[in-house]
Amino acid sequence: MTPTSTTAVMFENVSRHFGAVRAVDGVDLKIGQGEFFAMLGPSGSGKTTCLRLIAGFEQPTAGHIEIFGETAEGLAPNRRDVNTVFQDYALFPHMTVLQNVAYGLMVRGVPRLEREKCAREALSLVRLEGMDLRRPAQLSGGQRQRVALARALVNRPKVLLLDEPLGALDLKLREEMQDELRRLHKQLGLTFVFVTHDQGEALSMADRVAVFNKGRIVQIGTPEDIYQRPTTRFVADFVGSSNVLTPDEAPRFGGVSRWTSLRPESILIGAVADAMDVRHTAEVIDQQFQGAMRKTRLKINGLEIYAMAPSSQAFDVGQAVTVGWARSALHAMDGEGNDV
Amino acid sequence: MRSDRSSLLLKLSAIGGLIFLHWPLAIIVVYAFTTEDKSYQFPPPGLTLRWFAVAWGRSDIWAALSLSFNVALVATGLALVLGTLAAAALSRARFWGRDNVSLLLILPIALPGIITGIALRSAFNLMDIPFSVFTIVLGHATFCIVVVYNNAVARFRRLSPSLVEASFDLGADAFQTFRYVVLPNIGTALLAGGMLAFALSFDEVIVTTFTAGQQTTLPIWMLNELVRPRERPVTNVVAVLVMVVTFFPILAAYWLTREGEHVAGGSR
Repeated sequence: MTPTSTTAVMFENVSRHFGAVRAVDGVDLKIGQGEFFAMLGPSGSGKTTCLRLIAGFEQPTAGHIEIFGETAEGLAPNRRDVNTVFQDYALFPHMTVLQNVAYGLMVRGVPRLEREKCAREALSLVRLEGMDLRRPAQLSGGQRQRVALARALVNRPKVLLLDEPLGALDLKLREEMQDELRRLHKQLGLTFVFVTHDQGEALSMADRVAVFNKGRIVQIGTPEDIYQRPTTRFVADFVGSSNVLTPDEAPRFGGVSRWTSLRPESILIGAVADAMDVRHTAEVIDQQFQGAMRKTRLKINGLEIYAMAPSSQAFDVGQAVTVGWARSALHAMDGEGNDV
Repeated sequence: MRSDRSSLLLKLSAIGGLIFLHWPLAIIVVYAFTTEDKSYQFPPPGLTLRWFAVAWGRSDIWAALSLSFNVALVATGLALVLGTLAAAALSRARFWGRDNVSLLLILPIALPGIITGIALRSAFNLMDIPFSVFTIVLGHATFCIVVVYNNAVARFRRLSPSLVEASFDLGADAFQTFRYVVLPNIGTALLAGGMLAFALSFDEVIVTTFTAGQQTTLPIWMLNELVRPRERPVTNVVAVLVMVVTFFPILAAYWLTREGEHVAGGSR
């Protein structure tokens, strides 16, 4: 399951409660060395608290944490070989870019020339050269992000933690930084753990994804697993917004009497549907043009579901169409205890 | 509607108000140079620098001046340490009764000095603490802390808590984090608060009256001097000195916090 057999981070039944609030509640987790691991979930699902538990900003209420085989609970953040890229970057406003990046080396007593050399190397690693003497306030959002990355990487951490690393960037920059992070991960071979609420980001970047809900991990797996074989209806709905059918409805759509996920892109409309195992007549409620696709709302058997049609398929509202999907596209799952 | 030119009446009353505020100060300065030493005669019959020389030679002035200076210095130092610690705790942590503690901290400056003075005097009496330089310092520290606290807490609130976390994350210990991250970000606020505290302590009369024993601080000395008609302009010379000593720290504090706000705003 993991690229190598060494475990970078291990959680054993870890809980972090704030008074009555169970931010993290009995989490078991194993992150392999060199893995690009995503923690995905809505806000308040416990993913950020898990990251802070690894960084050492939070201590577990119960349970056991190991980082490369060493017990981590009780260990202060400055005693861990783990560095964090903060959501707001947390660059020191009174220091230059170079001083920011060299900070970790400075507090460890590395001589000035050596630490500045390392800092320049780290800055060139994130492709940010010639900005040494600028202040964070003089940088753009993307440049600050790169400084924050360089500042963490210069310490050669065993694990790099990223808290919503791309959340504050606009779409174009976000795509650019996604590629950049993938490239750095490949180049450095470090363990990356990143937290995000954006399922697209998690699916496209990570080797494995843990989906969080209400302080617990509801599913861990590769992006394909998570997307195609969600184990609960929470995962089906949160990751890629599936059509979730109740155990009552599922048989009418060709499934068994269980909670069932039907991905919008598996639903074919028109002549192509004729070759499918399950076919229905549907009424088009409306269509939304989204560039490559048209998000199409349909009424089938009195139930509203939506499909992703190619943008060449434009329908009139109220038009009757044939829809169909493969029986294998229906994915049965566990519906209990995972309210959306 | 806003007119660009204010009415003549408004201008006159504004000028009148400023004159009313500053005329007495000018008079004090003028009398430091008068040749008449028994009554304050206006206009002064002549001007002289003699009283500066007289003041220079008076040992009681030097004693009062050095006492005031030392008291202000120690009270300010005490206020800097305690005010910063209080500000750090109250701006960051969330605990039950936080707002009440914050109010209690600010109260000494909101209360009339005479209440603070009486309260401290009876407290010292109850605890059998003899009145001394030490009790003066404690009295002054009560309001000096507030000034430092107010300055520091505003700056702490603007300081992102993740900066401190980032410093720890990068391997710094608590001392290094304070030295390299916290202090540079609150430094100007502390300097401003310290200067204001120093100025407040330096010319404080009421609390000092209640907490001093036989000691005479400079403002107390002046008060005593006013009822004794001997070399009156010397008092004015000292008053000019106090103005100079307190004016510059306050001006500097104003400039420092102004600039500080600008810098902190620009970094977001």
